[in-house]
Amino acid sequence: MLPIESHNELAIELINVSRRFLSPQGKSFATLNDFNLSVARGEFIALVGPTGCGKSTTLNLITGLGKPSSGEVRVMGQRVQGIDPQIGFVFQADALFPWRTVLENVIAGPLFRGEARNEATLRGHDWINRVGLSAFEGHYPHQLSGGMRKRVALAQTFINRPKILLMDEPFSALDVQTRVQMHEELLALWSEAKASVVFVTHDLEEAIGLADKVYVLTSRPATIKSVHQIDIPRPRLISEIRYDKKFIDLSRLIWRDLKEEVQSTYSAAERL
Amino acid sequence: MRAISIKDGSITYAPGTSDAEIEAAARKAARTRSVQVVVWRLVVLAVLLGSWEISARKVWIDSFFYSYPSEIIVRLWEFIWEGSDGVSLWVHLYYTLTAALIGFLLGSLAGIVSGIALGRNRMLSDIFSIYIKVLNAIPRVVLAPIFILMLGFGLASKVAVAFVMVFFIVFANAFQGVREADRAMIANAQILGASNWQLTRSVIIPSAMSWIIASLHLSFSFAIVGAIVGEFIGSNKGIGHVIQLARGLHDVPLMFAAIIVVLVVVLAAEYVMTLIEHRLVKWRPPSASDAHA
Repeated sequence: MLPIESHNELAIELINVSRRFLSPQGKSFATLNDFNLSVARGEFIALVGPTGCGKSTTLNLITGLGKPSSGEVRVMGQRVQGIDPQIGFVFQADALFPWRTVLENVIAGPLFRGEARNEATLRGHDWINRVGLSAFEGHYPHQLSGGMRKRVALAQTFINRPKILLMDEPFSALDVQTRVQMHEELLALWSEAKASVVFVTHDLEEAIGLADKVYVLTSRPATIKSVHQIDIPRPRLISEIRYDKKFIDLSRLIWRDLKEEVQSTYSAAERL
Repeated sequence: MRAISIKDGSITYAPGTSDAEIEAAARKAARTRSVQVVVWRLVVLAVLLGSWEISARKVWIDSFFYSYPSEIIVRLWEFIWEGSDGVSLWVHLYYTLTAALIGFLLGSLAGIVSGIALGRNRMLSDIFSIYIKVLNAIPRVVLAPIFILMLGFGLASKVAVAFVMVFFIVFANAFQGVREADRAMIANAQILGASNWQLTRSVIIPSAMSWIIASLHLSFSFAIVGAIVGEFIGSNKGIGHVIQLARGLHDVPLMFAAIIVVLVVVLAAEYVMTLIEHRLVKWRPPSASDAHA
């Protein structure tokens, strides 16, 4: 069971949350039903689950882009109302602004939030430097590789100093070598920023490599099937730990849970 | 050198040929090809104009109705230096272009603003879409006589025709452009802290921009059509007026000369528009069609 933590230690709480949608035919269906989740401050959790089980819905509720149909979502002890400025989000799709250069993309957040251009630009240089793209400040996104664009997206998110970082399969479009490199960069940035992270992924190795805890979700409507504490010590070398005995045991254990849900999703789809 | 052959981008060469030799051969092939294109274009033009000229002179066709190139060029020359109907070409052109330009500016401004407003607001678009569909079903030129009656023979009626020609094209494109704006990009901007207005200004409008610019390209020539149609129906100056008058006098060469003037103006406007487009969307990856140009 989860250790009981005092209330103000929690970064994110979802309490008995349900989220229902209307289908185009006017039918109501649930993607989340009485869903409970809590993330402690500074904790890195990963959500894995079958396709379409409501992982992205969960992230949307935390950002405030979506509202729960019932139940309560709290961020930093406050009920979520609208988009919380303490949250950063890294998308699966390429969400950079293609008409802005790398620098202008990175300082978009501070400028939206009313920071002076000089100050934002100075911080922008710093963040672009941290993700290793100083030579590309004046480039447009289409001139960069997929991995470089993700680095820009990370800088764009981290420059806002988020207390909570939500990531929706951010690296799924990258090739394997680039992905492992991005994992290591992400962990480095995270250990400095001390943010709480919710990382949604299909990739079990990614989840185990990065997170403190891995949550396996059931097929729709999503509930938490199991929670696995990942007690691999940090700092972790992603390119090495996949050969670790503990890593392999955890993969096998979590995959067994996940497999049942994936199969039940498939058989549900076949019944339709 | 003889060993290299380049056809449709694929290269064959004898073993041992250096990169420099291949590059030189490729440059030469590209140069030869562009010269060939220009020569063939001129040949097509010469054949068309030549056969027209000969047919008229041999009286295979009646030059009274069809005129012929050399006569048209002489008439164009007179038109440029002496004008028509006692008014210089530049005055006529000035009237037509003023009407077209004002109609174009007002029409595209109205089209962009209402396209973005309706694109951003589901309720507004549900209410107004039916009216826009209905109005769009009216062939624009039938409005010209009504505008002449309502607004008189002056500039205002021509501006109105040009306006309605432009408005719907730009509106439809701006609306579509707003609707096509990427959802992830919008969510990203909102989470980064963009207010509703910042979102419209720095995400929605730029992403609709390539749609809008494509429509502006097309709609300037429509604005000129609108102005000229207005002048056909009722006016005392303008290129449309010149053509109308020449028709009354059976001055076919002058009609062709006026058409050539309009054609040059539209091509020039087109060129300027392309320059503006390249400045505005320099962030876009070069497309295949640009690479050919």
